[in-house]
Amino acid sequence: MSPFLAGVLQLLALVAALALAYRPLGDHMAGVYSSTKHLRVEKWIYKAVGADPDIGMRWPAYLRGVLAFSAVSVLFLYLLQRLQGSLPGSLGFSSIDPDQAFNTAASFVANTNWQSYYGEQAMGHVVQTGGLAVQNFVSAAVGIAVAVALIRGFARTRNGELGNFWADLVRGTVRILLPVSVIAAIVLVACGAVQNFSGIHEVGQFTGGAQQWNGGAVASQEAIKELGTNGGGYFNANSAHPFENPSPFSNLLEIFLILVIPLALTRTFGRMVGSLKQGYAILATMATIWLGFTTLMMWTEFHHGGPALELAGGAMEGKETRFGVGGSSIFAVATTLTSTGAVNSFHSSYTGFGGGITMLGMQLGEIAPGGVGSGLYGMLIMAIIAVFIAGLMVGRTPEYLGKKIGTREIKLAACYILITPALVLCFTAASMALPTPADSMTNSGAHGFSEILYAFTSGANNNGSAFAGLNADTQWFNTTIGLAMLLGRFLPMVFVLALAGSFAEQRKVPATAGTLRTEKPLFTGLLVGTIMIIAGLTYFPALALGPLAEGLAS
Amino acid sequence: MNNSLGNTARLVGAGLRALLVLTVVVGVLYPLAVTGFAQTVFNDKANGSEIASDGKVVGSELIGQTYDLPKKDPSDAEEAARPDLKWFQPRPSNGLGTNSVNTQYSIVLSGATNRSADNPELVQWVEGARKAVIADNHAKGYTPAPSDVPPDAVTSSGSGLDPHISPQYADLQVRRVAEKNDLEVKQVNNLVEDHTDGRTLGFMGEPRVNVLQLNVALKELTGK
Repeated sequence: MSPFLAGVLQLLALVAALALAYRPLGDHMAGVYSSTKHLRVEKWIYKAVGADPDIGMRWPAYLRGVLAFSAVSVLFLYLLQRLQGSLPGSLGFSSIDPDQAFNTAASFVANTNWQSYYGEQAMGHVVQTGGLAVQNFVSAAVGIAVAVALIRGFARTRNGELGNFWADLVRGTVRILLPVSVIAAIVLVACGAVQNFSGIHEVGQFTGGAQQWNGGAVASQEAIKELGTNGGGYFNANSAHPFENPSPFSNLLEIFLILVIPLALTRTFGRMVGSLKQGYAILATMATIWLGFTTLMMWTEFHHGGPALELAGGAMEGKETRFGVGGSSIFAVATTLTSTGAVNSFHSSYTGFGGGITMLGMQLGEIAPGGVGSGLYGMLIMAIIAVFIAGLMVGRTPEYLGKKIGTREIKLAACYILITPALVLCFTAASMALPTPADSMTNSGAHGFSEILYAFTSGANNNGSAFAGLNADTQWFNTTIGLAMLLGRFLPMVFVLALAGSFAEQRKVPATAGTLRTEKPLFTGLLVGTIMIIAGLTYFPALALGPLAEGLAS
Repeated sequence: MNNSLGNTARLVGAGLRALLVLTVVVGVLYPLAVTGFAQTVFNDKANGSEIASDGKVVGSELIGQTYDLPKKDPSDAEEAARPDLKWFQPRPSNGLGTNSVNTQYSIVLSGATNRSADNPELVQWVEGARKAVIADNHAKGYTPAPSDVPPDAVTSSGSGLDPHISPQYADLQVRRVAEKNDLEVKQVNNLVEDHTDGRTLGFMGEPRVNVLQLNVALKELTGK
């Protein structure tokens, strides 16, 4: 069997597994967020928090909950790193410097998991397991909560209530993320991922001498790292490290975990707005882009353009033997079309076009299928834009799911799609204009520019992967990427919740013969086109200077 | 004003309590429960899949290592490593680092080279690695052609710790290993065949050979 065919079969197996999980998981999540009952452990948690989970919140209250919880999280994680040197269970690792601690705290709370540190020499058990991995759960639960609030905005009428943030946060963590993570972590250990608290471990070598490794709660962190589309590796090599991703099967499992919640949320959406077909139209849009990107990636990576790769006879630089080109390409697309940013191979050594595909995936706004929650709300914003454009063409007031898209709504949606490109392009331009940031580049020419464009694309879109040749542990990059991550995460949430609030106050407009049928394939086509054109026009000049220039030269 | 300050304080307090409670659930109970289960049921794997030879641990099945000759001058950090050609050789690992922060340890820092496909240094590394592979694998009546050298033999992996090589790279080394160990080519060929893993279920991943397992078996065969 040729490696290309094996890659295609792996993709098909993945599609089959995701299809099997789609209905049960999507329905389960709809049930979780619609239920009026509380589990005993949840009641206990609400008591400790001092919150009444049955109070409906309007959008400002919901947003205040999101922001208060996230602000406390950033501060807590910052202090944990600053105090690491004096905490027990830190393996003797010292405290993290202020700029890097800020960057890392922002990164994990913003569901980005950009890492300017080396996992194995910087972070001890307490910070990894009690700090970073906790944010892997709760930042994901916050993302899903905001998406669910937007769904409720479409589904509810006239009272303006979006649900209860504390209930959504706790339920997402306890009823969705935790049970799946437990199962996934155990399967990963069975594949060979380590799970211990042995600290630094010295092991003899074949020809004498010894190797030193970190032990740690790796499998349990790996599971939620993928499931919550977080992506922050326990080790520097992330999911390329054999202790994080030991086998071809664990590789497919991790890709499955990355994609399963964002895809199944379209079912949750369809259920909660009372039309499964609306969910399928969104799903079809996500699947079209995902499969298209994966096909292109496999094509360019198997083609291995670029002087070094041509000389080597294959694009194996930065890729592991057990995954090969196929398993690496599928992972690279899944991780950049979601907000994950975990890597099982190093994107910087991909072909010029391959690197461009990973960047464009993030620049679409990570909506195909996107991060947990953030993918769905990002896609729904694009749907609103698409409906608006269609409305302009036929001269009708646009509406989506029975809600009118008026001036206020389209302003909020426009703010949403402008904020991330503004952050990416302004910070990239500033870094290129200043004298010192360029010293961080490992590669020169077009690829050097790509390293910086990639860094801010990844940060502002909350991805977290990198063209890792860039030495990002400088005050400039720690600070600016930290800001890009926070603004790129929470400003869009403000617009989404405001939009949700404004929909929840409206009554439903009955569908007429003139209503655009948003559950039909025609709309899926319109949506795919809108996404590609908006992202394409925004980023084309920057991409032309970086990956396109590199790809065309090879 | 006071009222809104009080509200903010209450909200932040609730946020902090929520974070602490959830930290107990997913930051303490969850990892401990998984660790307890893993240590009981998958003890060997949860602790790094170590491999023993002659009763001594010689590494992990999952973590690549180097098979070099002892340094001429152990105190010279700059001295180039010379591969011990008796043993099967792994992939290059130009992306590996040594820890700079925590110098009481000498932890292996995993990582890739991150050199782009058009990076001149990477081109040089690939060229150099190919020349070395051809020169090293010279055996009686056998000179490898440049086109016989597979991509994994001249490129660094993502982790720098890749425990595997492709079956093609193992085959390329068979004659040399046989010659250096006074074994029949056929014996070594069989050894490689026995240690070649196909794709899982016929389609997952790529065929590969675990270098440490292969060398442990080779050592048993030679009785050294």
